[in-house]
Amino acid sequence: MDFEYSDDQRMLADSVARLLSDRYTFDARRLYLKEGSGWSAALWEQYAELGLLGVPFAEAHGGFGGGAVDVMMVMEAFGRSLVLEPFLASVVLGGAALRHGGTAAQQAELLPRVIDGSLKLAFAHGERQARYDLSDVLTTAARDGAGWVLEGAKSVVFHGDCADRLVVSARTAGDRCDAGGITLFLVDAAAAGVARRGYALHDGMRAAEISLSGVRVGADAVLGPVDGGLALVERITEAGIAAMAAEMVGAMEAMHAMTLDYAKTRQQFGKPIGSNQVVQHRLAEMLVELEQARSMAMLAAMTLDEPDDAERARAISMVKLAVGQAARFVSQNAVQLHGGIGMTEEYAVGHYFRRAMVFEHSFGDSAHHLQRIAATVR
Amino acid sequence: MDLRFTDAEAAFREEVRAFIRDRLPADTRERLRLGHAPRKEDTVAWQRILNAKGWAAYSWPKEHGGPGWSAVQRMIFLEENLLAPAPELLSFNITMIGPVLIQFGTPAQKARFLARAANLDDWWCQGFSEPGAGSDLASLKTSAKREGDEYVVNGQKIWTSTAHNADWIFALVRTNPQAAKRQEGISFLLIDMKTPGITVRPIISIDGSHHLNEVFFDDVRVPVEQRVGEENRGWDVAKFLLGNERTGIARLGKSRERVDFAKQIARETRAGGRALIEDEGFRQRVARLETEIKALELTQLRVVSAGGKRADGKPDPFSSILKIKGTELQQAATELVMDAAGPLAMPAWARELAALGGEPPPNEPVPGPDWAARAAVPYLFLRAASIYGGSNEIQKNILTKAVLGL
Repeated sequence: MDFEYSDDQRMLADSVARLLSDRYTFDARRLYLKEGSGWSAALWEQYAELGLLGVPFAEAHGGFGGGAVDVMMVMEAFGRSLVLEPFLASVVLGGAALRHGGTAAQQAELLPRVIDGSLKLAFAHGERQARYDLSDVLTTAARDGAGWVLEGAKSVVFHGDCADRLVVSARTAGDRCDAGGITLFLVDAAAAGVARRGYALHDGMRAAEISLSGVRVGADAVLGPVDGGLALVERITEAGIAAMAAEMVGAMEAMHAMTLDYAKTRQQFGKPIGSNQVVQHRLAEMLVELEQARSMAMLAAMTLDEPDDAERARAISMVKLAVGQAARFVSQNAVQLHGGIGMTEEYAVGHYFRRAMVFEHSFGDSAHHLQRIAATVR
Repeated sequence: MDLRFTDAEAAFREEVRAFIRDRLPADTRERLRLGHAPRKEDTVAWQRILNAKGWAAYSWPKEHGGPGWSAVQRMIFLEENLLAPAPELLSFNITMIGPVLIQFGTPAQKARFLARAANLDDWWCQGFSEPGAGSDLASLKTSAKREGDEYVVNGQKIWTSTAHNADWIFALVRTNPQAAKRQEGISFLLIDMKTPGITVRPIISIDGSHHLNEVFFDDVRVPVEQRVGEENRGWDVAKFLLGNERTGIARLGKSRERVDFAKQIARETRAGGRALIEDEGFRQRVARLETEIKALELTQLRVVSAGGKRADGKPDPFSSILKIKGTELQQAATELVMDAAGPLAMPAWARELAALGGEPPPNEPVPGPDWAARAAVPYLFLRAASIYGGSNEIQKNILTKAVLGL
């Protein structure tokens, strides 16, 4: 049992924090949002220079050689600043797909470019009808000579609009919700038959609807086992949950800090509102939830390498549920305690609030994960 | 960072578990499992078994008879003890008066009391709260007037848990009513419960049990050498006591044990044509509780491992988080047990049985299976959990001040 960070991890966290405090003020972020892509290409280059885009990858590929704890630290920092760049999509989700499913050749070809930032990945799995059911895949891939041809549509693909390469799930056998018969493919986003409609989520993050009509890929585009892709989809999703849980911890920290600060400075009835016990206790309760969420983000990071699939799935569902509940409590009360100003576009807390809202609906909401945990009760 | 238990820690858990399995009397375990509080003799017997093993004074330094465990080991030990379920070590002896005497006691006091406290030769109780001093402890009024080599104590304590079992009481008394600050006129006395002038009156709590008492002091003469720390500096002692050894404060083993018991009831109970354990609503309550228990387990480990490295020895305000969440979980878990029992949670059968001397009348049907009689009792009793030990509202005040700086 050891809660200490290594020197390398501390240095990593320090350098991220320094960069973000310089370059990711609330006002700077609002400018990045207005860039065509909805995020800052300049910052993306900075992340690459700092080595952040290589955090979870082996040194052999040019990575930092880190693990889930390192990703957690980066994501916490990103959550504090509400970073807009496609780190989750490319490094965490795309990276997990390549690390867990990629052949040596695929990794050697793609990882160095993910790490230097010149290639961005996105995880194109969710579909309109699927809600949170990971096995609900209607997109098909049919054999076409040595290769495959893909047909279908993907929905709410995080940073799917700017990705260069898509990790697409498709049904290669079986029916709509069968666990077997799903295969992942690496699809060039510029390939003929790929159409994308990008848009902003409520929190400003970008996503896309992607349609695939007669998209031809070679045999070397298959990622992981043919017909056995669901396990890989689950691992990618788990990596996403762990990373976003850490991001939420950072966001909750920021919300709690700014609400506390507001409570100390905002005067009503001739005294700071923080001198009211009802406000004090609410802030104490927010702190309790934040710390519980932090514990769960740590659990997530430690669990990602757990070899037992069932145990890992249960733990990750617990993380999503606990962090989701905490994020809802903290974000709602952060807005509430700010009063009217918390409702405004020009004030930061509402932006965090919206990130929390997006978190809740990413990779399965609280109700979904509660059901999953409940199904394992013995 | 590695949140997994080391091999050595896992082996330690196995060692503790095996010892408890082999040595805990079966009837004690069964009584606790069914929701009974341990009897005095259960607690004494079990603490002596642990003490013979060298484990009872689990948090004391080695030179005073402690096992020299790490914070993680202490946590594992307490958890396994609760999970068994085994009677808890008498906290008044082990986590309160023992550490207080080690920190503030004279050599004579240490020699006289420590080993006996570890072995439960003396049963201690805590004389802090008064009718007018609950959360606001410093407003206590029980007075101690110095007369030569003695204090003469007059006043009343209340909510004194297990005073009716106790041989000794450690009490906060006012030795200087004129002190500029209320906290500065208080002393910490050790009082023999057999001293003339002490009266103990039971308070029956809503679960029907006799756990709490009022203790009256009427010209009770206490030798000066039974004062701990300096005169009028008892508040420092009390603060140390309340902040000391918070490892077990979340009592997570208790919550886990109760959730497991609720599941057992649910397997034996039918609802809507199937076993209650198959009911989605019930399963989701269990899932939610198990998730929160998991989260608090991690938080507890964080606090414990930070505490182990704390140089100043001051209590970690984050232990207030453990108190708040831990008691909420104990309450939710006992609520789950009660709800699993359904209508059979209602009969106060345990009270009837006690009134009948423990023997059910012949040829009369007992209302329900063995778990039914006490299904609601821990629920009733543990409403106290968020009140005692600094109410959860006080814990939030502590967080407000110590962490938030409001």
